[in-house]
This record gives sequence, C-alpha cells and structure tokens, in this order.
Amino acid sequence: MNVKQISIFTENKPGRIAALCKTLSENNIDLYSISVAEAADFGIIRILVEDAYTAATVLRDADYVCSLTDVIAIEVNDEPGALAKIGSVIGDAGINIEYMYSVTNRKIGKAYMIIRVTDNQECIQILQKAGMKVVSQEEMNLAKK
Amino acid sequence: MSKYYQPEIETMPVEEIKKLQSERLVAQVKHVYENVEFYRNKMDAAGVKPEDIKGVEDLHKLPFIEKDDLRDQYPYGLMGKPLSECVRIQSTSGTTGRRVVAFYTQHDLDLWEDCCARAIVAAGGTNEDVCHVSYGYGLFTGGPGLNGGSHKVGCLTLPMSSGNTDRQIQFMTDLGSTILCCTPSYAAYLGESINERGLRDKIKLKAGIFGAEAWTEEMRHDIEDKLGIKAYDIYGLTEISGPGVSFECEEQTGMHVNEDHFIAEIINPKTGEVLPEGEKGELVFTCITKEAFPLIRYRTRDICILSRKKCSCGRTHIKMTKPLGRSDDMLIVKGVNVFPSQIETVLLNQGYPANYQIIVDRVNNGDTIEIQVEMTNEMFSDNLSIVAEKEKELVAGLKAMLGIYAKVKLVNPKTIARSEGKAVRVIDKRNLYNA
Repeated sequence: MNVKQISIFTENKPGRIAALCKTLSENNIDLYSISVAEAADFGIIRILVEDAYTAATVLRDADYVCSLTDVIAIEVNDEPGALAKIGSVIGDAGINIEYMYSVTNRKIGKAYMIIRVTDNQECIQILQKAGMKVVSQEEMNLAKK
Repeated sequence: MSKYYQPEIETMPVEEIKKLQSERLVAQVKHVYENVEFYRNKMDAAGVKPEDIKGVEDLHKLPFIEKDDLRDQYPYGLMGKPLSECVRIQSTSGTTGRRVVAFYTQHDLDLWEDCCARAIVAAGGTNEDVCHVSYGYGLFTGGPGLNGGSHKVGCLTLPMSSGNTDRQIQFMTDLGSTILCCTPSYAAYLGESINERGLRDKIKLKAGIFGAEAWTEEMRHDIEDKLGIKAYDIYGLTEISGPGVSFECEEQTGMHVNEDHFIAEIINPKTGEVLPEGEKGELVFTCITKEAFPLIRYRTRDICILSRKKCSCGRTHIKMTKPLGRSDDMLIVKGVNVFPSQIETVLLNQGYPANYQIIVDRVNNGDTIEIQVEMTNEMFSDNLSIVAEKEKELVAGLKAMLGIYAKVKLVNPKTIARSEGKAVRVIDKRNLYNA
C-alpha cells in the first residue's frame, strides 16, 4: 500500500533543480510532484513519479545521489478540514510525521497527502481504521492517466 | 640597554661562529651516537662514525631525520638524557604520529628562552617594557617560549594566552602593554577590534613579535598600520625547540638563525643534496646544544633561502627568508599544522568517501578552512535531519582530529575537480608564499 518516493541530494547552488528536471525530461520521466527540504548548504529534493526504479537508475547514471523511500499517500478531498482530520488521527495514535507534502490531481479533483513515518504498516492500519483512503502506487498511476 | 641580548654571541665573527658550531657538533654527534640507539643505528646504517665528523664541513655525511622518524620513536626513542633530567614537555597539535612531543632539560629551557629573549631585544624590548604574550600557553610552544624570553629580558610579562579579545584589550590599555607577541592573524584581529572600539589612542604598543603561521608583507603593513607598531617575524618549530630558532631584526629582511644553537642547511628536497647559500630549498636544522631532544639534520619541509649578506643590525648570524612553501602537503591553518591525511582519516572513519577537497582562505586576516566532501548513496538519507546530524558529527570529528573548527560542505558526486583522474586535494587561496 506504499508509494515509492525518490529523494535526491543536492548542493544549494543556482541551477540544480533545472539540471535535475532536464535529466528527467530527457528520459521522458513525468513528475507527479516535487518538493524541496533545505539545510544551510544542501537540500533534499523529493519526487514522485510513475516508475521510481527506472527514474532512480536514470538519476544514478547521471551521478546523482538518491534513495528510494516508501511513503504513504492518502487521498483527500481538496477542501478545508481534510488535512486537519489526517493530522489528528495520526497524532492521536502517537505517531510522529517526519515530513509531509501534498500532490493535487486535477483530473479527479482530489489531493494526495504524502507522509513519511517510521512504521508505514502501523500507520496505514490506523488511517484505514479511521476511514481514510490510502492509495497504492498503482492506484496513483491509474488516477494520473 | 644594548640592542642585543647577547652581543658577544649575536655579533660574533662568522669564522668564530663556524668554529663554535664545529666544536659543538662534534661533541653532540659523539653524545647521541653513544647514548641514543636510534642515532647509533642510523649512523651505522649510513656507515658514518662519530670520528668522521670533525666539523660543520662534515655535517652532510650524517643521515637526515624526518617527521616519520619522530613518529616511529614516539615517545622516548630520541631522548638524549634520562627522563629524570628532563623538566618539561611541549607538543604540537595533531594526532599521535603527527603530534610532536619534545622534551627539555632545564638547560634546554634556558637556551630556548635566551633565543626568545634575543628576538624580544631585537624588536626593541628592554626591562622598561610590558610584554603582552597572547600566544597560547600550555603544550603549544608559543606562550611558554616568549614568556620565558620576556622574563630573561626583564620585561613586565603579561601571560595573557590566546582568546578573550575584550580582556586582551582591557589589559593592553590599563597596563600599557608595549610589545605584543601572538600569531599575525590574531594581531590583525586585535588591531581591528581596537580600532572598532576607538581605542587606538589608548594603547602604547610599539612592537609586535609574530610567528607560528605564514604571513605576507601586505599583512605586515596592515598590522603595523592598525596597531601603530613595527611588526617582527619569528620562526621556530617544536621539534627544534619552539619559537626563536630564528628572528627578525629591525632590517626586516629575513630572520637571523641562532647559529650558536642550530646549524641551518638548505637541501634539494628530492635528492637530499646540500645546496649553496642563496639557493632555494628545504631547510634542515641540527641542534648542537639541545640535551633532551637533540635532532640532527631534521628536515623541516619548509622551503627557504639562506643568506650571509652583511646585516645593518650588526648581527652576524645567517638569515633565512620566511618559508616560501612546503616540500610536503602540510598546511598551517590558524597556527595549527594540518595534514590532508588527517582529514581523510576522519572522513573514512565516518563512512565518507575519500573524494574531498580542502579549501583554505583568509577572511579579514583570519584563516578559514572548508572541507568539501562528495555525497554518496550510502551516506544519504531521505531525512534531512539525519544527513544534517551526520554532517555535525563530521564537523565534531574534524575538530577533535585537527584541534580547529573546519566547515564541512557536502557536494554532489563527481563535482570535485580532478586533474588526470587525481583529485586536487588542497586549494589554498591565501597566497601566503608569494611574498
């Protein structure tokens, strides 16, 4: 029930994101989402794509340092309060969210909240028990088509 | 008061200096051959007997001693006297192997302090002066050396040690320091701080004795302007004694080597051949009066030129230029010896690759060092705080190894410049050796 995220190391330097996106586009890789977390001198770019393994291979061939991480994608209605509900379900269960970001899907009028926690299985069960819709990579790929 | 601390020695005719050196060398070689197994083995291996050394002209027959020998003989292998006769240890920073631990008898300390006293008197010091010593005290030779020299001259000595700039300036203004001893970068920093506080009129400094790191003529002028002093260079190394192996006089055209204690040679660093006076090469020292830690033909790795040109100050001892470079890869940053191999050790220990680059610069007259390290898949994590935490550990590891703060910059793979496949390890932007 996980989605594969690629995390890419990058120095804080002008043009790094452009270079990354160029590498991806040259290999016909469509980005579902991109987010950046930054420290003083470096950053971590996190992307979601259709086929993370292919994309990671392309990136490593182009001398990027990257890693694959299983993250949880929760489908939510693109409306106020949706995120608050997820937050309280996870928070009430005592689970710490390491980071999160959102991906919108205009085609189906929904958004995905992407969250990273330590124990995915446990978190997914809690979310599902609370009636949340956790989507798999395949479901996300289908919805994007 | 005289312009020399020991006029009869400092202005001794060259022929007499050579005669004195020869006598002392012969005795020293005999002593180490009989008492230090290391030297006996080394001389036997080279086929040299003490009786082959009849004077300075025979010095070239003796084998060199190098920093690696010091590591192999650590800690007691080079002792020329039993520990019961030693009264002091001084040491350089750095890890075991790179760290130099030197021993001193009371006699050694006396002679070392004499050398520093000569430097202070050459800078105009008398018993009327207040000598402000801002070199570090402790294992580092800077503080203890100049402190001892200052006592010998009879200056009122302020053992300030390094750091705490506000207190330094307060003592300087309240107690009327007239001679400042510290690293040139700290002198420049003090100069800036004093001017920023508008206290230039409140200080009474007239001279400064600055060493333990390379500095340029521009930096000298900068310090002289900011502090309103004359700035004198001093040279030394823990292996040989500490500061005061050589020192500058008012002519400011090189440093007089204290030749009654140390014989200086210039060699071709590749072949070991002794080069004639005036040629550029590696500086080699032989201690002819040291008792506890007598180094014979020690290769300093400093590149210099020696000159016997007559000096207007009246001193007859040979002069050496400031070091013009190094014949190894050692860097001196903030007065601390740094070897790229030390940095590499820390990187490898913490799981980083050996793809790194050291960038040394001088910002506002202070040294900075940055280590750029190429990121690897193994060291990477999707979690920013984990990567940041590892980076912090690396900074701490480097601090523990080097003794100074080094900035760490993680960079993308294959971005560190390689020439012919070999990475360029060190970029020194300070241009210290262009002077």
